[in-house]
Amino acid sequence: MYRYNELDSQLVNQRVAQFRDQVRRWQAGELSDDEFRPLRLQNGLYIQRHAPMFRVAVPYGTLNSEQLRRLAHIGRTYDRGYGHFTTRHNLQFNWPKIEDVPDILAELAEVQLHAIQTSGNCIRNITTDAFAGVAADEIIDPRPLAEILRQWSTFHPEFAFLPRKFKFAISGTAEDRAITWFHDIGLQLKVVNGETGFTVIVGGGLGRTPIRGEVVREFLPWQHLLTYSTAILRVYNRFGRRDNAYKARIKILVQALGIEAFRAQVDAEWAHEKDSPHTITQAEYDRIAAHFAPPAYAPAEPANFPDDPAFARWRARCTHPHKVPGYTAVTLSLKRHGVAPGDITSDQMDVVADLADRYSFGELRVSHEQNVILTDVRECDLHALWLSARDAGLATPNIGLLTSIICCPGGDFCDLANAKSIPIANAIQQRFDDLDYLFDIGEIDLNISGCMNACSHHHVGHIGVLGVDRKDKEFYQVTLGGRQGNDAQLGKVIGPAFPAEEMPEVVEQIISVYLAERHADERFLDTFDRIGIDPFKNKVYAGRAHGRSKSQEAA
Amino acid sequence: MAQLIAAQQVLENTWTEQPLEEDGNAGPFVAPSTPTLYPLAFWRAHREAIIASAQAGALPLGLLLQPDDAVEEIAADLPHLALIAINFPKFVDGRGYSSAALLRQRYGYHGELRAVGDVLHDQLFYLRRVGFDSYALKDGKSTAYAIAHGFTTFTEPYQASTDQPLPHFRRQP
Repeated sequence: MYRYNELDSQLVNQRVAQFRDQVRRWQAGELSDDEFRPLRLQNGLYIQRHAPMFRVAVPYGTLNSEQLRRLAHIGRTYDRGYGHFTTRHNLQFNWPKIEDVPDILAELAEVQLHAIQTSGNCIRNITTDAFAGVAADEIIDPRPLAEILRQWSTFHPEFAFLPRKFKFAISGTAEDRAITWFHDIGLQLKVVNGETGFTVIVGGGLGRTPIRGEVVREFLPWQHLLTYSTAILRVYNRFGRRDNAYKARIKILVQALGIEAFRAQVDAEWAHEKDSPHTITQAEYDRIAAHFAPPAYAPAEPANFPDDPAFARWRARCTHPHKVPGYTAVTLSLKRHGVAPGDITSDQMDVVADLADRYSFGELRVSHEQNVILTDVRECDLHALWLSARDAGLATPNIGLLTSIICCPGGDFCDLANAKSIPIANAIQQRFDDLDYLFDIGEIDLNISGCMNACSHHHVGHIGVLGVDRKDKEFYQVTLGGRQGNDAQLGKVIGPAFPAEEMPEVVEQIISVYLAERHADERFLDTFDRIGIDPFKNKVYAGRAHGRSKSQEAA
Repeated sequence: MAQLIAAQQVLENTWTEQPLEEDGNAGPFVAPSTPTLYPLAFWRAHREAIIASAQAGALPLGLLLQPDDAVEEIAADLPHLALIAINFPKFVDGRGYSSAALLRQRYGYHGELRAVGDVLHDQLFYLRRVGFDSYALKDGKSTAYAIAHGFTTFTEPYQASTDQPLPHFRRQP
């Protein structure tokens, strides 16, 4: 993984000093709340429902064991002994004190971590495939270019006060696992006629106005990544709307202009920027890429797995194909039933750090599905690893299954939320607690967002759940058929929203339609695509007062 | 105008701002006796007269740009201008950074470039990087602290900008 040089360390250390000074001036009344807000947000610090919330960047999802132990320590020392992995390669602490944050930042800087631009209207953390570098279907490792983008976007003087937040995702695999169709800029690495470059997608996003991005450039050679990004960002910074925060994302500008006119503006801007000094040199690429050289893999050894159904189940769900024979990538599930999805205790972080040291070259990843991944595990070590992970509550064999729910903090923590999300996730997990049943249902993505900001990407869940507030009561709107990947698309709304207590039953009814209708070998999504939304709608609303009439009854 | 900082010191502002009519239109032009900053609408209405008058009176000329004023429009006028002030109605409105970068990097403007409006300590570093060289710091904020600490937050940035034409990866030996 990338290790800081002197320059990187100096920048992060100077950031700590800067923020310490900003906190001091805010406390002294020299900075007003309004003046301080954007500054703290660009350091990942929110003021939330119960306490501040503090968001640490995990750049493109890569961490090492030393960093994770430090996060564990921070959780214990400054918080309540746990953290929460988000859907964008960040770790959030829910209970820090504002006055401690400069010290936390200093502790992070010592292990080459930071909270730079994890919030605010600026270029955010760059996300990618959690299996980057090891995935069997990888074309190009996206991490070096993600790091080059990280450096370029860090403290970019022209783009620190954009109309709204700006998110990049990069995918380097045959199957997109980075949701590139739904980011402000989505980059799909490819090789065309022996040349490496990107398809550049722009103007995608979820949130209040979900829009699938559009291809602004079919093929951009990699050397031009920064100059072309400059052109897009400059057009956005100058012409993106600033009169209404809900219409300020680049997707609104792209839609208003149309992709042709937007492309023309970007190309006109790029004509000036192309071949400028920001053109990436081979030397720079090589310097960064050297940090991501493969570890010293051992020759494959036969793995003799014990005849243990629980282990077999875990291996079926939680291991993933690796490009090196004899190795596999392992997902440690943070979707244990009854726990907030993505939450990890400090003790668990220490266990994961030990497992990473023992079995995976001391490195790990976090996925946008809010799990932890050990990317380089020998198959012959799998059973021993599983035993340790199981003891730590990190081996729930539900990856890709209904209960590995992607879920935002929701109304329990987040100020923006309209409704709670964690209790809904836990209630559904409880309803589907039988592993045989869960395995029989098979692969299905369930995403729950507590508001239309869509932090848990509910629009691309096979089943998406959105919390809405109606007359001060929490209701949940359900969408079906959304998906990530190459054919990413938005789910369709099934109908009026449901009260919280009905959600487990609603999900069960949806599943029952699938189980009754499916052909052999059909996943939920296949059946949905074949039969459409109506059979699900009919089943769910049969004999049920619709959400609206129900809320009128209640009112 | 607020407290003017330039060249690491507090300076007296010598410029007067030409007001617009209440409806935002340009009123009649009256030859000024002091260096004057013209809003773009006024400049459009009286460009020739303003230039002639400045030359006759040997007075420097300035333009005051709003965030949505396109710098492309004045690219040909830059040789006439001694000062361009860019207004930041709110410090979180970042359009002025692109205006400045374009004026300096694309159109080769070498005169004084001044940030006015909601100009605060914590933006000075970025403002300097994109090419501003004078700053009307908001009233009530410490000019001494700004001069001592506002411009040196980070010693060595990654990216190229007006102040540093090469990104760090091209500056390495």
